[in-house]
Amino acid sequence: MPDDKKSCLSGSGLTKIFGLGRQKTVAVDHVDFNFYEGEIVSIVGESGSGKTTLAKMLLGLINPTEGEVYFQGQKRDISNQKKKKEYWKSIQAIFQDPYSSYNIFNKIDAVLLDCINMRGGRNLPHAKKVELMTEACSFVSLKFEELTNKYPFELSGGQMQRLMIARIFLLKPKILLADEPTSMIDACSRATILGMLMNLVLETGMTLIFITHDLGLAYYVSDTIYIMERGKFVESGSPDEVILQPKEAYTRRLISDVPKIHEEWDLSTV
Amino acid sequence: MKHTIRQIFRSGKFVVGFSIFVTILLIVIVYPLIITGEPLGIIGQGTFFPPGIYVSVYDSIGSPSYTLFLDDAAAKRIASKLSNDDRLAMKDWLIADGVPENQIDITDTEKLLDLWEKEYDPDKGLPGMTFAKQRYYQRLNDSLEGLLSTEAAIIAAKNAETGVLEETGVVKQSDYVNVGEVASVRVLPFGTDNFGRDVLTELVAATGVSLQIGLVAGLIATLIGLTLGLLAGYVGGLMDDVIVFITNLFLVIPTFVLLILISFSIGQEQRGPFVIAVVIGFTAWPWTARAVRAQVISLRNRDHVNLSKLSGHSIAHIILTDILPYIASYVIMALILQISLGILQEAALSILGLGPKTTEDPTLGLMMQWAMIYQAHILGKWWAYFPPLLTIALITFSMNLMNTGLDQVFNPALRD
Ligand SMILES: Nc1ncnc2c1ncn2[C@@H]1O[C@H](COP(=O)(O)OP(=O)(O)O)[C@@H](O)[C@H]1O
Ligand SMILES: [Mg+2]
Repeated sequence: MPDDKKSCLSGSGLTKIFGLGRQKTVAVDHVDFNFYEGEIVSIVGESGSGKTTLAKMLLGLINPTEGEVYFQGQKRDISNQKKKKEYWKSIQAIFQDPYSSYNIFNKIDAVLLDCINMRGGRNLPHAKKVELMTEACSFVSLKFEELTNKYPFELSGGQMQRLMIARIFLLKPKILLADEPTSMIDACSRATILGMLMNLVLETGMTLIFITHDLGLAYYVSDTIYIMERGKFVESGSPDEVILQPKEAYTRRLISDVPKIHEEWDLSTV
Repeated sequence: MKHTIRQIFRSGKFVVGFSIFVTILLIVIVYPLIITGEPLGIIGQGTFFPPGIYVSVYDSIGSPSYTLFLDDAAAKRIASKLSNDDRLAMKDWLIADGVPENQIDITDTEKLLDLWEKEYDPDKGLPGMTFAKQRYYQRLNDSLEGLLSTEAAIIAAKNAETGVLEETGVVKQSDYVNVGEVASVRVLPFGTDNFGRDVLTELVAATGVSLQIGLVAGLIATLIGLTLGLLAGYVGGLMDDVIVFITNLFLVIPTFVLLILISFSIGQEQRGPFVIAVVIGFTAWPWTARAVRAQVISLRNRDHVNLSKLSGHSIAHIILTDILPYIASYVIMALILQISLGILQEAALSILGLGPKTTEDPTLGLMMQWAMIYQAHILGKWWAYFPPLLTIALITFSMNLMNTGLDQVFNPALRD
């Protein structure tokens, strides 16, 4: 980590409350954070701890109930459609569920063409567009010739998630938010996809905000880890700090869960 | 897409409904090409001629005649003139006149007629008999004249110059004409209505108009409902609050009451079929709006919509490509339902006398209203009200079948 760290995305008092009265859920509860350029940050927490909600606020897909987001040191302004579009050139996402990430009525070509258009390539000659799409696909070991004119649902979950990475390859955003990108993928392709994602991040030097429930995985990939419990960041620091000297009982439980997931999953106790 | 269509046509329910509907549609289109003529043209003098084949008497005489000796011809002739009610009435008269009851056998036509001829006196008023009853017996007696005779009937025409009747032909009881050779024959499968109009021709025209009313009403209702539902569901916020408020306002007031009030205030003169269709459409949209809104709300937080936003697409683009295709099947089903509801609403309005104005175009509802005003249901003239009733039932039945079929294709959980 270089010393002259530049802030890329930060937040203060960021809060999201769903519903009113007795139905009220505080999904994200006054979190403060500062993500630096070129860093790989992991946000780790159990299911329901508010990770996805936080991600959507960072992406500008939902409005915070309270608090501010700062983008490259400036207060983020996405008050109209045009400004949002500008913002989304800098920040992109890969979602958890590849099966619901695609519009089933659009062909795969359309997904990739959208990315080229967004990067200002709308008027490129067709051959050039095909070349770009082919390059993006081969980055994730897919063959564009085989995908063209196909629909996303004709692919496997792993292939769909690889196509998502190809999408990011074309868009080259400054920040990538990956919300549990491998949790719905079969174990065999998980490592491959993670490898492709890390390759892309290293090659482009983009900031990666990696959301996961797997502390072991976070330890393996990240520069900084934030531990999230019930909408709050309860602990943060370098992987060694967090894993080897955990201050919070919650973190200790997450750590002890890592091997147990494979060993002690016994349905009779549920 | 192709796959879905193939699946739809593999659904038995859809195919049955679709076949019935297409058959009705084909009849509506093809029939006027074959039977040309005003659907509301008055062809009969009198009301409610029963269904059947009408052969011109005048042309029958001019047609080539064939001699057939049929054993049962005489019996049939008498039977057709002398109904069972007439026989009972004759028996009553004879008893009142003093003939012992055991001597009267109403099943033996010949004996009955002999007895009648012997006893009946048109001028004799029996005790307790009304004048109308006496007239009835006189008419009955007149019609019996010559019933048993085997004489031929002579046809005569008045000579224009001399004014004398001259014999032009003889019709024997064994003379027959071939219906196919009679110059003028009209088949009236459903007879005529209260104004003397051909019910079938009228029915076909009315079905066409009713279908158009349903289509216009359904399209308007679906278009309004879809637009408002999409806006409320996707845009949300204040827009949602306002639209939900208006929708609920419409839902609280029973649609039909609203329909009656609007139709009434428009006035008889302004109420053409198109106006009625528009009015029905404008009162029927709230259910569609509500249902579409609910569907859109469940779609708008899906990841593919989020991803589309991240790809820089406008709200209009997202609504049209990321939301609409997902609810298209639902909207088609809502449209079919709205069309069949529109047809039913028109019929209901017409029966109350608030339907389209009655002079230009028939509708299924108007046909039932006319039949009702002229008491066809009390007089037992089933052909005046049953065909439009059956047609409405068939149309709605076929559309509901199609919907059930579509539902099974689009919601795999419902497949049996
Ligand atoms: N649109 C929503 N409306 C109401 N509650 C929500 C909504 N989205 C998330 N929540 C609630 O917020 C909490 C956090 O959810 P989420 O951010 O998805 O957690 P995670 O991604 O860590 O599993 C959960 O309790 C969830 O039920
Ligand atoms: Mg989540």
